[in-house]
Amino acid sequence: MSTLVIAEHDNSSLKPATLNAVAAAQAMGAEIAILVAGANCAAVGEQAAAVAGVSRVLVADNPAYEHQLAENVSLLIAEVAAGFDNIVAPATSNCKNTMPRVAALLDVSQISEILSVESADTFTRPIYAGNVIATVQSTDAKKVITVRATAFDAVAAEGGSATIEAVPAVHDSGLSTFISEEVAVSDRPELTAAPVVVSGGRGMQNGENFKLLEGIADKLGAAIGASRAAVDAGFVPNDMQVGQTGKIVAPDLYIAVGISGAIQHLAGMKDSKVIVAINKDEDAPIFQVADYGLVADLFEALPELEAKL
Amino acid sequence: MKVLVAVKRVVDYNVKVRAKGDGTDVDLNNVKMAINPFCEIAVEEAVRLKEAGVATEVIAVSVGAKPCQEQIRTALALGADRGIHVEAEGRLEPLVIAKLLKGVVDKEEPQLVILGKQSIDGDNNQTGQMLGALANMPQGTFASEIKVEGDKLNVIREVDGGLQTLSLSLPAIVTTDLRLNEPRYASLPNIMKAKKKQLDVYTPEDLGVSVTSHVSQLKVEPPAERKAGIKVEDVAQLVDKLKNEAKVIS
Ligand SMILES: Cc1cc2nc3c(=O)[nH]c(=O)nc-3n(C[C@H](O)[C@H](O)[C@H](O)COP(=O)(O)OP(=O)(O)OC[C@H]3O[C@@H](n4cnc5c(N)ncnc54)[C@H](O)[C@@H]3O)c2cc1C
Ligand SMILES: Nc1ncnc2c1ncn2[C@@H]1O[C@H](COP(=O)(O)O)[C@@H](O)[C@H]1O
Repeated sequence: MSTLVIAEHDNSSLKPATLNAVAAAQAMGAEIAILVAGANCAAVGEQAAAVAGVSRVLVADNPAYEHQLAENVSLLIAEVAAGFDNIVAPATSNCKNTMPRVAALLDVSQISEILSVESADTFTRPIYAGNVIATVQSTDAKKVITVRATAFDAVAAEGGSATIEAVPAVHDSGLSTFISEEVAVSDRPELTAAPVVVSGGRGMQNGENFKLLEGIADKLGAAIGASRAAVDAGFVPNDMQVGQTGKIVAPDLYIAVGISGAIQHLAGMKDSKVIVAINKDEDAPIFQVADYGLVADLFEALPELEAKL
Repeated sequence: MKVLVAVKRVVDYNVKVRAKGDGTDVDLNNVKMAINPFCEIAVEEAVRLKEAGVATEVIAVSVGAKPCQEQIRTALALGADRGIHVEAEGRLEPLVIAKLLKGVVDKEEPQLVILGKQSIDGDNNQTGQMLGALANMPQGTFASEIKVEGDKLNVIREVDGGLQTLSLSLPAIVTTDLRLNEPRYASLPNIMKAKKKQLDVYTPEDLGVSVTSHVSQLKVEPPAERKAGIKVEDVAQLVDKLKNEAKVIS
């Protein structure tokens, strides 16, 4: 059996979610290859070749793949897929965008965001905002799967010595064009990979007040997240949303501040190791999942917390 | 231009769904059903395009058993012009739904198809992208802003790193994210009017699609429960617990 793992990257570095996807591929017990589709992405190919447990790296280096346009990359993956039994990708926004197109081109179903590999054709995945875990079995000969990164421990980024092969196939559908990108730049760790996450909700009242979280995040080396309400209200940008339809995080420590704990928010953070909630409403549902709850006004508690850390 | 909007009937987002005791399926007895929130955003966007004079006709389509006509009626009350029900029973996978929608696309030839990014029951996040591949159309998924400019569609997308802007040739697929718009409520007169709007029913056979399943659900179970912890007295105790009990900070 052989598995193709799709690399998540920005043309210069391989993103950690790829290592979780490789871990899922390992659980399938197959020989693993990584596909790097991008432009001027040779460096990513080399990083992928160093990943533990990978035997081949395929690099498709062409301007058509520079911005991960789904129309182009899906045609490439569907072609390369001919030589593999499983096509596995991390459930990043890029791969969520591309992989269902791959599945449709191959006329197979996609199994989204698996949590575990039960056997070669059987997997578990969350449904209904994670309130239910379904065990599903696929009858497709070729399986297209996305992986919830937080459910698989990353394999080592070093130690492998895979061969690197160039994939010459060029697919430029001409259907879509990249115009621009507004990428948030931050010195903080990436939200989905950070060991500590401090998140603010509607209770923060405005974007300015998120500064109160920054001081704490600085001391803890934390990433900053948010609830949907905080994003919708324009306090912070969309890429900070944690939840069912935002990012899934599972840090060692998650601190929820001024967040009520709606099921859609819990879906994105309830697998964190330790959860702290700071909320002035002692009946807020967030306390039902919090290891340590502090009933307090956040405007008093946060400065004190920062001072005591 | 003609706009097709796909709406799915799902459990209301406020309902906390549970697995049945015997693990065969989720318990949906007497549960409130609604239009999938992302589809509501899709309908709103289509109706706004019509109000802006960009869209000429908005067609709402749903795939499922008879009761999903309720959600089509909701879309009609929100401003869609007519409805299409593709009647199919059982657990339908995104691939099958995408094939059925492709059948409707072939009949109606819309310039724009708007879907939700994700159904909140299956959490698949697949159907729009699959339809894009099947119909060979470009896609603007997870959209927070769309604008028709001549024969192109500009889409701002919510991605992991921030926002991305694409230009798509029409016809195109869009899937909605939460920030695309704030859906309106249907007024009572519009709910009454919606009852008289045209609603056509097709079968999968009419569309030449065979409803075959590639994935079977073996069982469902509740996730590992988290126990509620303790309430701390004050910030000092919180810091002490995190340092000395949980040992997550130093
Ligand atoms: C389709 C769909 C998808 C969704 N996806 C997501 C998602 O991915 N992520 C997500 O987070 N939500 C999501 N939601 C929204 C979710 O249902 C909730 O509306 C949202 O999580 C609420 O955010 P909040 O807790 O910040 O706001 P609220 O529920 O308004 O809670 C604010 C909290 O702050 C507390 N507070 C106020 N002032 C203070 C103070 N001074 N000190 C201390 N505490 C204070 C209040 O007691 C309250 O508990 C989704 C909803 C839908 C319908
Ligand atoms: N049965 C259905 N009928 C109509 N549209 C659907 C159906 N299932 C999914 N969709 C559309 O596809 C979107 C994404 O669904 P999913 O891929 O299941 O997460 C939904 O928001 C709908 O717009």
